Amino acid sequence: MSDQSVADSNAGAASPYVLEIDRISKRFPGVQALTDVNLRLRPGSVHALVGENGAGKSTLMNIIAGMFPPSSGEIRLDGRPCAFPSPRAALDAGIAMIHQELNLVPYMTLAENIWIGREARNVLGLIDHGALRRRTQALFDRLGIGLNPEDQVRSLTIANQQLVEIAKAVSYDSRVLIMDEPTSAITENEVVLLFRIIRQLRDEDKAIVYISHKLSEVFTIADEISVFRDGHHVATDVVSAFTQQRLISLMVGRELTQLFPKGEPRIGEVALSVRDLALDRVFSGVSFDLHRGEILGIAGLIGAGRTNVAETLFGITPATAGEIRIGGKPVVIDSPGRAIEHDMALLTEDRKATGLYLMLSVLENMQIASIRNFNTAGFVRQGTLTALCQRMAVSLRVKTPSFDVAVQTLSGGNQQKVVLGRWLMTKAQILMLDEPTRGIDVGAKAEIHRLMSDLAGQGLAIIMISSELPEIIGMSDRIMVMHEGHVSGFLDRSEATQEKIMELAAR
Amino acid sequence: MTTAVQVATAAGQSTTRRKLPLEASILLVMVGIALIFELLGWTLRGQSFLFNSSRLLIIILQVSTTGLLAIGVTQVIITTGIDLSSGSVVALAAMVAASLAQPGDYARAVFPALTDLPALVPIFAGLVVGALAGLTNGSIIAYVGLPPFIVTLGMMVTARGLARYYTHGQPIGMLTNQFTFIGSGAVPVIIFLITAAIFHVVMTYTKYGKYTYAIGGNMQAARVSGIDVKRHLVIVYTIAGLLSGLGGIITAARSASGQAGMGMGYELDAIAASVIGGTNLFGGIGRITGTVIGTLILGLMISGFTFLGVNAYIQDIAKGVVIIAAVTIDQIRRNRQSRA
Repeated sequence: MSDQSVADSNAGAASPYVLEIDRISKRFPGVQALTDVNLRLRPGSVHALVGENGAGKSTLMNIIAGMFPPSSGEIRLDGRPCAFPSPRAALDAGIAMIHQELNLVPYMTLAENIWIGREARNVLGLIDHGALRRRTQALFDRLGIGLNPEDQVRSLTIANQQLVEIAKAVSYDSRVLIMDEPTSAITENEVVLLFRIIRQLRDEDKAIVYISHKLSEVFTIADEISVFRDGHHVATDVVSAFTQQRLISLMVGRELTQLFPKGEPRIGEVALSVRDLALDRVFSGVSFDLHRGEILGIAGLIGAGRTNVAETLFGITPATAGEIRIGGKPVVIDSPGRAIEHDMALLTEDRKATGLYLMLSVLENMQIASIRNFNTAGFVRQGTLTALCQRMAVSLRVKTPSFDVAVQTLSGGNQQKVVLGRWLMTKAQILMLDEPTRGIDVGAKAEIHRLMSDLAGQGLAIIMISSELPEIIGMSDRIMVMHEGHVSGFLDRSEATQEKIMELAAR
Repeated sequence: MTTAVQVATAAGQSTTRRKLPLEASILLVMVGIALIFELLGWTLRGQSFLFNSSRLLIIILQVSTTGLLAIGVTQVIITTGIDLSSGSVVALAAMVAASLAQPGDYARAVFPALTDLPALVPIFAGLVVGALAGLTNGSIIAYVGLPPFIVTLGMMVTARGLARYYTHGQPIGMLTNQFTFIGSGAVPVIIFLITAAIFHVVMTYTKYGKYTYAIGGNMQAARVSGIDVKRHLVIVYTIAGLLSGLGGIITAARSASGQAGMGMGYELDAIAASVIGGTNLFGGIGRITGTVIGTLILGLMISGFTFLGVNAYIQDIAKGVVIIAAVTIDQIRRNRQSRA
């Protein structure tokens, strides 16, 4: 490196790296998020960042994108030290970031969203909507996105909204583009489109940082991979120097032999029986039997209606037709309270929106569904509940400094375990899990899978909705595939392949 | 005011949802304000502000009604709602209670046939009026789905109108001694403090309290957790209405009359007391103990300024400054936690 710095000072910013992170550390109250982290980005390359949740990837990217300052260390752009006091400053310096959560304004058009804050103006200083539309169309054409600039964001599917976010980031013509879990909400088709865009940008000499938990994608698209663990930078190498095994063990710090631990299933009697379940204008004709000890996977493209079925079974959007039987007896489920009375539980798809009480403590999050069972004339039996929560947290291996911290401070995987613990405390017999390992690192993923297998072994009946085909195939005893509001078919574990599932999902 | 602000910032250092430090800093503000008035009392008037038992009583007495309303509105705000109708419901409850609390020998009784009733009757009536108003608010908000601001604004206007219509604008005078006892001496203070204690226990240790915080923390998650959110909201607003009714009873008893103009602006004072006490208008955060301290701060300010002979309008300006300062301190502390 010393030759390089000499060459730099001579030639003036002739560093081969467009962005250098030099011994960056970041401390939040009570937690050291990053320690002496290094990273070097080459122009015209795709640099993947992998690591468990809480490893520090998003924290580092937020620092680069100007969300907050580092506690110590230096950032160099083209060899020159610089600082980004705000997201605006980072954008102006040529660094754009696509966040995990969408930041679009639902009631504005795609064009307005993309150019917000830097709209084309006419002679009078007013916004030139025609120019806005033309620029957006040009951008979409260049990227191969077939959307209408005049559509409102809220009329788009989540997948297409993600594409708009990507187009918006590209429109800044920045030299560094950071993508944080860009494929978490999009389907196979859009992933192909995204990768084409990324390769195009790479050919245009941009540096792309690709953060993802999906290792198969990382191996497909990345040139280099950097591994983070517990706030430290552990390794960087070209992609060919890694195997999936080596990558996982670097991320986790230990050998992980089986990705989908699955015991011998002991399938028992029918716990839940659904016939011709329908929700007006959303789905219809859904029929299946769920047995004790079984894991029924529900697969399908986004928008197929899988989450809707789970929400209907749980009483969030009660069914408009059809029959539900639990233990052989017909039941009416018109509210989540009723579903809980029938020993059902639902781990929702979006834990931040409908699962967690971010400001409340870990204890309060875990016990909320059990208060109805542990109160005497309205007074909560707190001592008993606290003890039960502690036992549950230990058995689920929830990592938290204490029970009183806001659950917001926990990593995604641990947050998911807290919500899972909440439902397990209600002694539910029918467990519905909607994308249980979304946005969760490999280590926690394996733990949750092991837990699911254990619970099934104890006789629980489990429904698992997942968009990750390897997970569906690895964990399910049977797979129900949905397509646009209908069930398109069932596959047994022995005959399931990714191709067959995709075929049923797209039919 | 600067000294109070500095004192508060030095003390505030809580993590989200830590119980003690939040009240500690507001308590410090209250003590700071009391000390400032004590100091000014000695320098400007040569006498003590605080060491005067009748003045101490008046400090709490004059804000007891505000405090009762604030206890109710704190719970409403925690659920991310708001109640603008408290003051008007005070008037309506006062009118109805007063009309049933008149002595038999009074020539111009509202209901000549309903005189010399035991005090329990007007009390019960006032509470029912308040509860019904709250029930109406809650039902429309929860089951029709209209915004709390609009619904309680409508109730604010309607209740005031009903209070005026009740006796076609005539004030109700001459109330029985049995009834006015409730407004005499330190009785309102005792009622306020007991009510505060009860609701502190309820909010901290009961299912109702946990569910209220859960709904404020994340309404959708509360629904998925099995909480009947709509039913719970109706109960919260009904309780707020009930407390407004109680406030109306005390107001009528204290002035031995019922007037349609009572309670003007009380709802804003109640919200101010709650917010100064640490209740967050975005929901999910707030404690009864904080609200009590916020109420006392308002009382201290009113008495303090009167004691120093300060213009009444300056008092209002100062009240506004304290509200903004209190919320700013809270905001700064919250920002400091999440940014580092």
